[in-house]
Amino acid sequence: MPSEIHSAPFDPWQATQQYQKSQLEPGKYGATASFVGTMRDFNQGDNVTSMTLEHYPGMTESYLDKICEEAKQRWDLIDCLIIHRVGEIHPDDPIVLTVVWSAHRKEAFEACRYLMEELKSRAPFWKKEGLEEGHRWVDKNTPG
Amino acid sequence: MSITVKFFARLREQVGQAETSLNDVSDVQSAWNQATQNMSMPDNTLCAINMQYVSSDAPVKDGDEVAFFPPVTGGCYAQ
Repeated sequence: MPSEIHSAPFDPWQATQQYQKSQLEPGKYGATASFVGTMRDFNQGDNVTSMTLEHYPGMTESYLDKICEEAKQRWDLIDCLIIHRVGEIHPDDPIVLTVVWSAHRKEAFEACRYLMEELKSRAPFWKKEGLEEGHRWVDKNTPG
Repeated sequence: MSITVKFFARLREQVGQAETSLNDVSDVQSAWNQATQNMSMPDNTLCAINMQYVSSDAPVKDGDEVAFFPPVTGGCYAQ
């Protein structure tokens, strides 16, 4: 499947390499574009010590797959991959990985951006920040 | 008739339950009303039936899973 939810830490570079070696045909792709979102230790002027990522099992996976399929229909792609963390994470942990493989760079760059923007607005994930004093839900995403 | 109602994230905490079952429901809004004892639904609430986004006036049928959740915030860091 082109999308995965991980409840344990993952290495985005290793995951990319592993997927590429097992799923892509050598010599067919000329461009690989990837994006990695990593947890920061600050937000809205506060120190953030941890974050809990929640999802809707079943619906989240279905929307990630749907977003990949839409990207493949919109651009001439060879393959794409989305990995998203859930559970408790800490600063410097990877949160999300999107990778696109295509013959040429234009499609790879554009589709990689598309995967991230669609994921942020449609896939059911929610974040709760752990602050030095208490917790708070994150209400909205950045414009990008 | 039996439907399952689920709440996620901030809404789960506000409503005070993650999941409940209802027997007699016509649409998504009435599922909310019954499950929450007529709490007012926050304006930005997202609704789903069987894991597909719907509006709050969408009809509900036997066996459906209805879910309520706040705006989604996936991906890399917000703000």
